[in-house]
Amino acid sequence: MPMNWKTGGLLLGLVFFLAVLLVKPIGVSTQFVILDGIIGDAVNAELVTQTEEGYTSTNAYLAKSGGKYAKSVANPLNYSFVFVLAMALGGFVSMRLRGGLDAVERSVPALWRANFGESPALRYGAVFLGGFIVLYGARLAGGCTSGHMMSGMMQTALSGYIFAAGAFLAAVPVSLILFKKEA
Amino acid sequence: MTSILLALVIGAAFGAVLDRVGASNPNYIGKMLNLTNLNLAKSIMLAIGTGSVLMFGGQMLGLVDVGHMSVKAAYIGVFIGGLMLGAGWALAGYCPGTGVVAAASGRKDALFFIAGGLFGAAAYMLTYPSWKASGLLDSVAGGKVTLGAVPGGKFDGLTALPGDLLGLLLGAVFIVVAFALPERIIGTGPVTQPAE
Repeated sequence: MPMNWKTGGLLLGLVFFLAVLLVKPIGVSTQFVILDGIIGDAVNAELVTQTEEGYTSTNAYLAKSGGKYAKSVANPLNYSFVFVLAMALGGFVSMRLRGGLDAVERSVPALWRANFGESPALRYGAVFLGGFIVLYGARLAGGCTSGHMMSGMMQTALSGYIFAAGAFLAAVPVSLILFKKEA
Repeated sequence: MTSILLALVIGAAFGAVLDRVGASNPNYIGKMLNLTNLNLAKSIMLAIGTGSVLMFGGQMLGLVDVGHMSVKAAYIGVFIGGLMLGAGWALAGYCPGTGVVAAASGRKDALFFIAGGLFGAAAYMLTYPSWKASGLLDSVAGGKVTLGAVPGGKFDGLTALPGDLLGLLLGAVFIVVAFALPERIIGTGPVTQPAE
């Protein structure tokens, strides 16, 4: 059971504030591109190359904005990439400290089971598809729930509000259609 | 080196708090989005409000560097991408950050989310030139703007309102709405706590 919403909300707000106080607002989805770039560059070393001014790529997306993504691909030990690795560490430790998940829940969560049964294959397929749409959409939007919705609206960014409107306009109807039974 | 240390500390704190508020639990995301348990929405709104009040308040007191703000551009693709992310978020119960946290916390389905996400991001990287050519990535309403003009900031204001005061006010609104939101909108009875 999650912690009280007030305590949780305050702590989460404090983390957002610390991030912008000490470094910059939190964001995650770009790092999926960086990891793709790292994998792509390992397969084909021509993908990201060093130039006199910095880095560039044969992929137009990695090369955009003066090659800043290409630079991160070439130097994965940077703030934003390590940040996401550290999130995984924080999530792992936090879950260990509260005793972990049972075996069924680890593959098929309760709300999904109540509506679609216990087949892990169905769940994994749906989640894979969901992940594809989420990251395609996040990159098209230029950010995700963290960067646009939380960090964006916190800073009163117009783009954050536009993103949140789109996200909830789709998410609520889809959820109402998919998850009719409560768990 | 300092920046890597900060990434480790703030990133780990963010991951741990996402786990504790239930944001990386797909049951909890599903119950928020099908409007049967809004406690997570209340947490998130309180967090945005708290962050906003601290940041803008700190700026006004001269304790927070306005230069740390980073505002993303507004363009039509933000809305289209938002719709896509919303649909996938509802289906999977994960978004990019919470998917990573969930996988690390032992959820096997979240590994499939990350795999799908890597393919989705790669698909965008390959199709980016068509989006660029379509004009849907061109800035609208001034692009990288905040709702008001923040004193000393790099970004223009959508309106001429004082951006720091507006930020404080909107932060307060988020906090009030967090408290005012009911625990559930659809259905009756006490909210059910999602299984772990």
